[in-house]
Amino acid sequence: MVKRLVALALLAVFGLVFATLLTGYAPDAELNQTARYYAERTAADLGAANIVTAIIVTYRGLDTLGEVTVLFLAAAIVGLVLAEGAHDRSRMRPPVGELLTTGTRFLVPMILLLGAYVFVNGHLTPGGGFQGGAIIASAVLLMLLADPLRHFSHRLISAIESLAGILYVAIGIAGLFLAGGFLDNRILPLGNLGELASAGAIPLIYSLIGLKVGAEFSSMLASLSETEEP
Amino acid sequence: MVHVVMATGFLLILIGFYGALTHRNLLRMIVAFTVADTGVNVVIVSVGHMRGRSAPILDRAVAAADAVQRIIDPVPQALVLTAIVIGVGVTALMLAYAWRIYRQHRTLDIARLTALKG
Repeated sequence: MVKRLVALALLAVFGLVFATLLTGYAPDAELNQTARYYAERTAADLGAANIVTAIIVTYRGLDTLGEVTVLFLAAAIVGLVLAEGAHDRSRMRPPVGELLTTGTRFLVPMILLLGAYVFVNGHLTPGGGFQGGAIIASAVLLMLLADPLRHFSHRLISAIESLAGILYVAIGIAGLFLAGGFLDNRILPLGNLGELASAGAIPLIYSLIGLKVGAEFSSMLASLSETEEP
Repeated sequence: MVHVVMATGFLLILIGFYGALTHRNLLRMIVAFTVADTGVNVVIVSVGHMRGRSAPILDRAVAAADAVQRIIDPVPQALVLTAIVIGVGVTALMLAYAWRIYRQHRTLDIARLTALKG
């Protein structure tokens, strides 16, 4: 009881802080200096239509490389922590049902296609590597729901993941020699704003990020599903 | 309008904190943390909103020349994109550790996990 009261008192303090922030908040009428720079320079400098993508892939590309690394570490640790759970393949499971099995067969290719579409068009439309990767992983999740005992090749997943990572860093280093700096997208021609083959290396980098994120999420899902109660 | 979204975000944070502080079950605490995480993301996105402006994507509707007057702040959106992805990683890690704890102690109740008590 006392604990609950302490928790409620703490929440009241947080609520007071949030209420003060909320009542004192007035939306900006103009973009601040950083946002203004991105809004003015993105189209001319990088040729990307989606400014959020330009920030993530090029302006703050190093941070994104770090973020993908954090995600890789999370996937690796999940695999490590769950590694001891042996998979009992002999146990029979009840069938999951005709609807789910057939629906999976029908939907998985389309989900994969949508995922690829989202990350290839990351510089033009709302979307990109992280979103596309998550969509691809949702196809893996659907396959696992339809057949919980399905085994995904961890070797294939980690091969895709490391290949995408190596190419990502290689493109970044190519930027050092061929353009202005690490992860500079201007190693390829910028093209016309709004076309698929534009914005230099951004579609390439975001596709690699999409494959990497999809592989990392898939490996997390596979590790979680392969874990059985001892 | 922005205030409504922001208040929703703050409310989600408070709900998440309440859940994490009062529940004893690790799984419920993890769910509460993800609710608070979502609340933080909603608040950050709402900070970037500006009345009467469009999404930060240049196309026929928003020309590159007058983008400064037409788009909302893209920086919070980029931040939240990062935060969502890291949130997934954190949730997966919490779930993995919860499973390990359950495997070793056969319980998810934190009141019964007393190994670190002096």
